[in-house]
Amino acid sequence: MSEARTLVEVEGLRRTFDVSRPWLTRMLAREPQRFLKAVDGVSFDIKAGETFAIVGESGSGKSTVARMVVGLLEATAGKVTIDRFEIRAGADSVEARRVRRRIQMIFQDPFASLNPRWRVGDIIAEPIIAFGMPKPAGGRDDAPSPEATRRRVGELLGLVGLDPVDARKYPHQFSGGQRQRIAIARALAAGPDFIACDEPTSALDVSVQAQILNLMRDLQEQLGLTFLFISHNLSVVRHMATRVGVMYLGKLVEIGNAAELFARPRHPYTRMLLDSVPDLSMVGKDRTPVAGEIPSPIDPPKGCAFHPRCKFAVDICRIDVPPLIDGVACHLAQDGRLPDLSS
Amino acid sequence: MTAEPLIDTDITPRTDGTDERRGRFARLLDSDIMASFLASKLTVLAGFVTFAFLIIALFAPLIAPFNPFDPAQVFLIDARDPPIWMAGSDPRFLLGTDDQGRDMLSALFYGLRVSLLIGGLGVLLSALIGVTLGLIAGYAGGRIDALIMRIADIQLTFPAILIALLVDGVVHALLKSGGREDTAFGVMVLSIGLSFWVQYARTVRGSTLVERNKDYVHAARLIGLRSPQILWRHVLPNVLGPVLVIATINLALAVITEATLSFLGVGLPPTQPSLGTLIRIGNAYLFSGEWWIVAFPGITLAVLVIAVNMLGDWLRDALNPRLR
Ligand SMILES: Nc1ncnc2c1ncn2[C@@H]1O[C@H](COP(=O)(O)OP(=O)(O)OP(=O)(O)O)[C@@H](O)[C@H]1O
Ligand code: SF4
Ligand SMILES: [Mg+2]
Repeated sequence: MSEARTLVEVEGLRRTFDVSRPWLTRMLAREPQRFLKAVDGVSFDIKAGETFAIVGESGSGKSTVARMVVGLLEATAGKVTIDRFEIRAGADSVEARRVRRRIQMIFQDPFASLNPRWRVGDIIAEPIIAFGMPKPAGGRDDAPSPEATRRRVGELLGLVGLDPVDARKYPHQFSGGQRQRIAIARALAAGPDFIACDEPTSALDVSVQAQILNLMRDLQEQLGLTFLFISHNLSVVRHMATRVGVMYLGKLVEIGNAAELFARPRHPYTRMLLDSVPDLSMVGKDRTPVAGEIPSPIDPPKGCAFHPRCKFAVDICRIDVPPLIDGVACHLAQDGRLPDLSS
Repeated sequence: MTAEPLIDTDITPRTDGTDERRGRFARLLDSDIMASFLASKLTVLAGFVTFAFLIIALFAPLIAPFNPFDPAQVFLIDARDPPIWMAGSDPRFLLGTDDQGRDMLSALFYGLRVSLLIGGLGVLLSALIGVTLGLIAGYAGGRIDALIMRIADIQLTFPAILIALLVDGVVHALLKSGGREDTAFGVMVLSIGLSFWVQYARTVRGSTLVERNKDYVHAARLIGLRSPQILWRHVLPNVLGPVLVIATINLALAVITEATLSFLGVGLPPTQPSLGTLIRIGNAYLFSGEWWIVAFPGITLAVLVIAVNMLGDWLRDALNPRLR
């Protein structure tokens, strides 16, 4: 796995949202324009066949990263490449189309990601009709015949553990877990090799979460898929991830191999997240709830954005932004001045 | 969290899939919608009346005893005969005759046909304009949205009659033909279409704003569909429910508007009378004792409008789960 080629490269990704009030109101109240930095200089790469997970609290910018990576949202700065080809939101060249068929996304809420007015068969067939049948070599072939499309839809339904006759039903006739299976079947339809999954199980009952996660892992192995896996749930991430990036207020604060990061967290924030999960803690250790709240990204704290919640914070933390060096963005960790966080 | 849509437009009955094999009609009979329809006797009556009027309008030439517009069948000597239950009536004319000797009943059938046709086409045109503009405004957002919605605001300040006069004037200036009769029909449909699109546009824009941020739209963008395709295939089917309600209620409104315009003489000429034209003709004889010339078209219009309106109200309530 370690010598696998890099499939997706994300470099200096940045996204600001204009959250100013309407122009007239602003002029009357003499307010300046206000911007929200949802994602601020995020870089990572994903190797073919691995699962790169991003964890972080709500509002840390995980979804925004995922949407930029798949080309649904324009980046303010930075770039995303897949096999060296740049992914741009709204690009429409022949090359862009060829790249687009390799990228798919699985969304959080399977009640919103399937068009309620479409039959399941049509939902799954849509990417096949848009891109043509998947071929090992990739690239667009002739428009598939209705018969071939139907057969492929049946295959895909079987692949995700549903019945081919389900193609005739509507999404509302299925449970949440089954709908997510349908969404997965659709995502696989045109034969992608990279799938971004934005909290794919957090809308589901705990009892079906594991089934869906296992299905995703099986499919990954079977089809050689590469995942970008977004979640705020550390147990889920531990179950899925090869490598993990921890996000806080739009920045990556720690990045590393999953096993290592879970065993020996280096950033105080990662430690805090791990402490908050009961079933991950070592024996005899109590669960500590996450202290404090994530500050507003409109007006983030100066220096290390985590300093108001960090029990190790020193003066420099309030002044200088710690850069991400060697997989961790923390002044003290970089100087080796942090106590061991692993226990 | 997903916001619950204000109006639940899902007409498909909720089933566990076991009765997939049964026909659509059988499932419709089983559904909540059908249950709520049958629960109200008045709604059933309104539905029946509307249906009957539609049938009459559709088959008027077949079921009317006379063709009131065929000069060979109309004789001035029969003019102003009363309905058959009154003294001095002629058994051929069930509801009497008008000032030209035309059979009232037949004139009513044909008038209903003209009124419903103009109303229906007008509603269709306004829905077409409104839904298209609403979809574009809601999906594009920004300046395009602002522009369309300002036009809608301005539109609302023009009453239908003003628009009819305007359209009438423009059409005449363009065609330079003397006869209003040839263009009256088109002018009416166009005027109604231009008068009533705003409500569709606003409603559809609102629903589109909600739908465009749903993940199924993102999923469609992800496979490279262009905006028109997304709007047509994905968004439109999800915003049509409320449109159906507005269209039904607006049909009543359109018929009234047409009648008003015709009554005021801006609408259809006596050679091609709608219910409104018939009322205008009859109005002149109201005080000379020939009340039936105005009463029957008036009653028909009122019953039609009330029935269609009730049907629309029921549809709105049935589709809105919060009122159930
Ligand atoms: N279209 C937008 N306009 C303005 N602000 C936005 C927009 N999209 C996201 N944001 C803001 O950007 C920040 C990051 O949002 P994002 O959805 O990426 O967070 P997240 O990590 O996915 O959180 P969650 O776990 O709640 O999904 C949030 O503060 C959010 O309010
Ligand atoms: S840089 Fe300072 S405040 Fe930030 S995590 Fe490290 S110790 Fe805590
Ligand atoms: Mg998110």
